[in-house]
Formats: sequence, structure tokens, C-alpha cells
Amino acid sequence: MSTVNFTFDGKQYSGEKGESLASALLRNGVVYFTDSSYKDRPRGVMGLWVEETNALVNVDSGAGEPLKPATTIELVEGLVVRSAQGVGDLPDTRDNSRYDKANRHVDVLVVGAGTSGLEAAKKFSDQGKSVIVMDDKPAAGGHLTYLGQPVPAELLAVLDRANVTYLPRTTVQGMYDQGYSVATERRTDHLDSNVHTEMSRIRTWHVRADHTVLATGAFQRHLVFANNDRPGIMLSHAAATYVSNGANPFNTAVVVTVDNQGYRDAIRLHKAGVKVAAVVDIRKKVSKATKKSSRKAIEALGIRLIKGATVVDTSANLVGILSSVTIGQAKSDLRETITADLLAISGGWTPVVHLATFIGIKPTWSEKRAAFVVKHHSQFVSTTGMLAGDFGDDDEPAVFFGPKLTAEQGLVAFVDYQRDATYRDFKRAIDAGMRSIEHVKRYTAIGTAHDQGKTSGTVTMGLIGQAIGKAPDEIGSLTFRPPYISIPFAALAGRDRGLLSDPERTTPIHSWHVASGAPMEDVGQWKRPWYFPKSGETMHAAVLRECAAVREGVGVMDASTLGKIDIQGKDAGQFLDMIYTNMFSTLKVGMSRYGLMCGIDGMVFDDGVTTRISENHWLMTTTTGGAAKVLDWLEEWLQTEWPHLEVYCTSVTEQISTVAIVGPKSRELMKRLAPSLDVSNESFAFMENKHADVAGVPARVARISFSGELAYEINVPAIYGLHIWESVMSQGADLNITPYGTETMHVLRAEKGFVIVGQETDGTQTPDDLDMNWIVSKKKDDFIGKRSFSRADTAREGRHQLVGILADDGSYVIPEGAYIVAGADANTPPPVKHIGYITSSYDSAALGRSFALALVANGLARKGEKIAIPMADRVVTGVITDSVFVDKENTRRDG
Amino acid sequence: MLHIPCPYCGPRDETEFHYGSEAHVAYPENSSNLTDEEWAKFVFIRSNPKGWMAERWVHSAGCRRWFNVWRNTINHEFGPSYKPFTQQPKSPA
Ligand SMILES: [Zn+2]
Repeated sequence: MSTVNFTFDGKQYSGEKGESLASALLRNGVVYFTDSSYKDRPRGVMGLWVEETNALVNVDSGAGEPLKPATTIELVEGLVVRSAQGVGDLPDTRDNSRYDKANRHVDVLVVGAGTSGLEAAKKFSDQGKSVIVMDDKPAAGGHLTYLGQPVPAELLAVLDRANVTYLPRTTVQGMYDQGYSVATERRTDHLDSNVHTEMSRIRTWHVRADHTVLATGAFQRHLVFANNDRPGIMLSHAAATYVSNGANPFNTAVVVTVDNQGYRDAIRLHKAGVKVAAVVDIRKKVSKATKKSSRKAIEALGIRLIKGATVVDTSANLVGILSSVTIGQAKSDLRETITADLLAISGGWTPVVHLATFIGIKPTWSEKRAAFVVKHHSQFVSTTGMLAGDFGDDDEPAVFFGPKLTAEQGLVAFVDYQRDATYRDFKRAIDAGMRSIEHVKRYTAIGTAHDQGKTSGTVTMGLIGQAIGKAPDEIGSLTFRPPYISIPFAALAGRDRGLLSDPERTTPIHSWHVASGAPMEDVGQWKRPWYFPKSGETMHAAVLRECAAVREGVGVMDASTLGKIDIQGKDAGQFLDMIYTNMFSTLKVGMSRYGLMCGIDGMVFDDGVTTRISENHWLMTTTTGGAAKVLDWLEEWLQTEWPHLEVYCTSVTEQISTVAIVGPKSRELMKRLAPSLDVSNESFAFMENKHADVAGVPARVARISFSGELAYEINVPAIYGLHIWESVMSQGADLNITPYGTETMHVLRAEKGFVIVGQETDGTQTPDDLDMNWIVSKKKDDFIGKRSFSRADTAREGRHQLVGILADDGSYVIPEGAYIVAGADANTPPPVKHIGYITSSYDSAALGRSFALALVANGLARKGEKIAIPMADRVVTGVITDSVFVDKENTRRDG
Repeated sequence: MLHIPCPYCGPRDETEFHYGSEAHVAYPENSSNLTDEEWAKFVFIRSNPKGWMAERWVHSAGCRRWFNVWRNTINHEFGPSYKPFTQQPKSPA
């Protein structure tokens, strides 16, 4: 053991390296740790490990961490902590520690390296299975390590076997389906107080095990009596362990117990030099075996035994530290007060059932063990040791959670120390008629603090049972949720921070966009340029400028993110006829057609342009966000409904780069880029495709327009994408070629009343609702969605339909999502009738004013009707219009 | 996270798959002849059992193939998986 220095609440102390901070503080005589979070009650250390309720600290040294139980911090040189009065305190500096993740597939995961866990590991290792043992403590051996007893060497040796991996300081935080567990391994905090940038501070393990053995052991719990929370009151197992290790600030102890564990701890306290004034056993009668062993053993040491009694109250000195314990009997008013500075409580064992409940296994109440236990053996999970109710020694616990309390005593009898929740709070929940643990928990906040009720959960269920005369498992069942103990977010993120937090998809032209200073918009995982501001230009000004350039000159847009699916096979035309609402099999080679896809419910689910490249070869485009979903959809029909169709689908989104040049001057620019191409309207018509050399590379040029303007989409192998873009920029320089982003694209398409799936639709719009009846084939016998169009609800009057909205004040851009009400103005008193909502709304350069698209009940029949839009600070009035605002006659698309 | 047995690739993590609802709900041959009620039954009504259920999944981030698999809706246990248009294995129940 080496001595290290540490700082607690600004004061220097020293302790033994590796002992817990709680132990070191007790060694230094710090019994009064801090005040409680809500009621400012003096508190000391209660427990030994993560069950700790009082001694929470904020760590300032190293990486820093809020709200850590002092019982779980291993002492290192230079540790700096502050007591946390139940409130965490995040360091305000960036944590530069490294965090990482690891995956592991094993035959067997053993959670817990106590004796039972080690025995399970040995059993499976003997069978030749690969085993991983995860234990949250620094050393294997479980309770034996606390008792200072040697762990059997043949069990420890198992951890060194070739087919066994042993991870100490590793907490299994969550268990999920099919043997999937997530654990965090603390790798550096116990070494020193430095920030580690080379070795990861915490490693998050993702384990998939064919079988998981839960050997999670148990915690001791407390009893509920008046003033049961003073510094100097501890769980007996914790008190005995600290003092046995020399961390002993105590002189005289009283032990109160419901089982034989209290006797064992009394003996350990005695041996460590604490005068045990009395063992108070709430049991009057015990078995012969207990008489012969436990009771005889303390008699032999001269320790006084008080049978059939319990602690009813305590007193404190002027500082607030325990000074005496009052003992009483249930059936008499006799009281006795004993001077003591330590009250060790053995309230029974509470097995750690958390992981089992994470995967839906219900603990059962064992009257014999006075505990919730989990006895479970299935293909995926088994339990062993104390969790399974195997408590080793026959403890003979009584089912007892505390004495009867007066109303006054209930005010200071704590059920949940961290929440400062008292017996009175609990009683109010019962008196209000609550019976289920879930209700009582929410009413009182018991079990909702940092420790998640590790000690208070069973106590509460026991108290409810006592109050209403039922067994604890008739109250409901204990359900916990991951994580088992709190984890820094950084540990879950691992290295996936900043740029790595989510995969980014970029087009081959992305570097140009970035260099131009365009802000990016996230579209799914794609990064798309939002607009291209000139220096000092606002977004609003940039978008108006870009829109005007496209309508009056020529603009260029990177459309490479559109989903692209290559479809081949002799039955592809027939297949597309089923997938789209309109006809595709009749499309001529070299032509493109816009199509709408519906689900079987008849609701629009994606759209895009599909091109017939050759007789049996098609190229489908989808929305940028819908590509993966559409491919799954096509494959579902091909693989599960129509396997006889010879059709093959391949995603080619990343393989093709698309540059759209748009505007009246695009024909001139196209001519320059592809001198061999006849770009006249007569030989290259709308929706036609031509193969040509563009800027020296082979390209497919399509006359497709998403703005209503004359436009050419240049499709090239992705590798040439940037070359085409740069050629467009240089060849178009004297035409004032204007790059534009997603915002301008949105405005231009909205001016034409073109919908965006996911903006004008939310999965409840039919083609009719979008005023797109023209795209629904009347000739085809069937297509997906067709039958649903005649369903009563789909065909009814009054459905929300796509219309335009013009605010009376053309300078006002109505917020998207705003509600529309009918027959109302600023003076109409509520209630008003809500008839729809705004789906898209912009300022328009072409219109010289704002405009919007909206879905309005029976909207197509209401054009011209006045509407109002109530905003927080005003009522905006306006009128319902057609959804096409620019070039209703489609004259501009041919240039 | 579920561990799903793809009949083509073997067991893989759930993140590689997309769910496709109940298996063996065939697209009706002559949908135009169906009454509204019959059609609504196809579109909206699924058996939603408590216990074993045959489901459709697609291994989107793997072999991209759709398949059927038995899954217990109570505890998420998986039974045998099988390719479309092959003999359905018996329910593990
Ligand atoms: Zn697969």
C-alpha cells in the first residue's frame, strides 16, 4: 500500500492508494460527509459500493465527472473532489480524454466475479466455451474481498484461462434481446488523476453472448425509523468492512438486525476494536442453529443481545453526528437509550435484480429470504448466487422494514435518503389510495434519484405491503431501466464525436461548394449547399438573387443527391406500371416521365422521374431522402409477390453525378458545353434524353425541369461530376451563371406548385389531395394504391387538398406549419374553425411578394375564399388561390 | 438490439434490417372485385398475436433479400427463418 494525497472540499488528506474515497474519508475521521439535497440533513456514508445514497461527489481532477458515489472512487494521487449535495456539477472545460468502443461475440457472458460468477465461468470454460467475465469491482471475489477472506485459488485461476476474458471495473449497464449487453469499462481513473489521451478512459463494450449468467450479488438495505439518516448510521456490512480495513473513526456501536448478517458484522466490528454496546435483534425467536451459532458467538465475546426489539429513534450531538440510539419493543412502551457513535443496520439483503428486469424477467418475493430474487434458467439467461436466492449461510431474515411510526416520527424517518423522501411522504401516497409501486414511486419520487432506488426499492414495496397487508410482490414488480449506474455521454459516443458523430454523404462536387462558402443543409445524411451568398449577403437576399437569375438567365444546381435506382429486365415496364400510378410500359426509349408512387393505402409515398434508357433498361430517380426506402419497397414486391417478373434493381445513387443547368439561357450554355448536340426544341424536346459528349466526357443529358424553366440535367459518371460543374461555371461565366442551393430550388418548385414528398405530404395524401389526378392512370387494371382510392374515407368530400395561399400583406412570409381558420379575421372571437395548415412558404422574386402552399379541407373548391391565420402577436388574413403561381400554361419550359 | 437470423447470411444485428410487418399477407389478385371491407382487411388488419408470429424482414444492409421468420412477440425470441415461397416451418410454439 502506498500513501497518496487527495483534496476533499478544499482540504488536503492522505489515504491508501486504491481504497475507496469513502474509506479514506472515514480513515481521516470524516463521518459527517455533507447535507442532504432537499432538507439539509447531516449525512454520512451509508454503503459500500454503487448502492451509496449519501456520499456523492463532483470530481474536479482528471476528466472530471459529476455525482459519483465516493464509495466507488479508487483513491489516486492528486484526486480533487467536492461533496455534491445531491446536485451534479459538470466541469465547464472540454473533456479531452479518449473514449472508445469494442464489440465481442462470446459463448457465455458472466456478469459478476463473486464466488458464484467464478464458479459459472469455470463450468462453461471446462466445457470449452468462450467466456467473458465482467465485474464492476477492481478485484474478483465479491463478498470475500470485503470480508478480507482469500478467494479460492482454483477459482481465480479460471480468469487466466485462454478461453476466458476477465474485465474488472466493467459495469454491465444494460441487457437487451438475444444476449446483447452493453458494458462500460473504467480503464484509467484508478491509475492516476491525469487526463488520458492515449489510452481510452472508458471503453464501452457491446457484447453478444449465446448465454448470459447473471451473478450480480446483493446489497444490504436499511430500516425505516425516526432519525435513521444521521452521520454514523451505516449499513452493517459497510461499517464492518471499513473498520476492518482500518478506516475506523468509531468508538461504540449498536447493531440492529433482522438476520444473522448483523451478528457476523457485530463480530467484525468487535474484532476491529469497536466496542459493540448491543446487538438489537428484531427477532424474538430464532432457530436452534442460529442460537447455537450466531447468538452463542456474540455471547462468547461478551456482546449484549437485545431480542425482540428494534431501534425507534436516534439522537445527535451538536454537530449533527449520531450520539445515541433509542431502542424499544413493539408491544411495550419501554425504551432504552444507548450511547453510540455508530449504528450499523442489517435490514436484509436486496439482490441486484436490475439486469434481469431489463429483459423482462420478473423478480419473485422469497418469504424465506425476505427478498426479491430471480430464479431463471432459459436458453439465453440464467441466474446464480444471491440473485437466485442462494444466500449461503442460513440467515433466517425476518420480513421487517421498520417499527410502527407516529406521525411525528414519520417526518424524519427516511425511506429514500437521496430524495429526502420520508415515511410521511410514503404514507400520504397510501392514504391517497395508491397501492402500486409505480404510483407510489411517482407520487413520492422514491427511487427516482441518482441511485435509482437500489436500496429504497424493496423497502418501499415492503412498507406498502405492511400498510395494506399484502406480500411485497402483490404490490407490483420492480422494474429498472438501463443504465445500471450513470455513464458520461462521452463514453457512449466513444470516438463518434464531432465530424464522426454521424456519417456524412457528399457529392463529387462538394469540395467546390465548401470552397464557395455555401452554408450546408442536412438532407438525411447528405450535405447539400443551402444557398451561395456573395460576401456580406443575407440568406434572404441571396435566395431572391438566385431565383431571379434562374427565371431570367441561367442557374446551376448540384442534383447528384437524388436517389437513383438502375432497373433492368424484360418485365421492368410491367413492374413499373404496378409501382407508379401512371403508365410507364408505353414510354418510348430515350424518354423520361414523372411518376408518383403510393402505398397500398393509396397515400403518396415517393415521386421522381424515371427514364427508359433502352428497351429493358430503366433509370428511376427518387427523392433524396427516400432512396433506401424505395429500393426496399421495390425489392419487397419483386421478391415476395411477383418473383416471376424478370426485374433487377441496383442502387446507383453514388455512381452518377447530376448537374442541372436551368433558365432561359441554359440552351445557349448547353450548346457551348456540347457542340455536337442539337439543342433546338424540335430535335431535343421536353422529357427527352440524349447521349452526347459534354465538356469532353460522355454524358446523358435530360430535359427535365423542377422549376418550370428550360433546363438540362447533365448526368455523368460520378468521377466527372466536378469537371462538369467547373466547365459549366467557366463556359457560363459571361452568361452570369449562378449556382443555387436547396432553398432556391424549393422556392422555384413551390412557385410552380410542385410538391415535395415529406413537405406537402405526411403519408395521408392521395394524388387527388395534391390536385394531381392527371397522373393517376384510368387505363391500367391495377397498380399499388388504386383500390384504396375508392375507399369511403379516401373518396369522401372535405379531404385536405393542396392549394395556394396569398397573405393580404405580401411582405409577410407566413411560418410553415401555421394553422388556417375559415371565416375569421382579427375581430372574430374564439372558437374558430381550423381548416388546414401551411406546408411551404417563401418570399418570391418572380411574384415580388410572399406566397405559400397549404393543405386545406375541400380546398380546391374554396379558391378565392378569405382565410385567417392566427399568430401569437397578430391575425394574418389572406386568400385561397390555385397552387400554381408562375407560368400556369407551361410556356417557359421550352425556352 | 435483436439478433435476426437471415436465411441467406446467418444471424446479424437488427440495425442491418428493416421490418416488413406480418408475413403471408398476399396482395389480392382482383382487388377491384373486393368489397371495401375485404380490401380494408388486406390493407389495415393484421393478426397481431401475443406469442409466435411469422414476420417479413429485409436484410437491407446485407444481402438485400426479403425473408420470413418466426418471432415471439412476448420476449422477442426468434424461431426459424425461411425464404419466400418455401415451406413454412412449424410455429415453435
Ligand atoms: Zn442476408
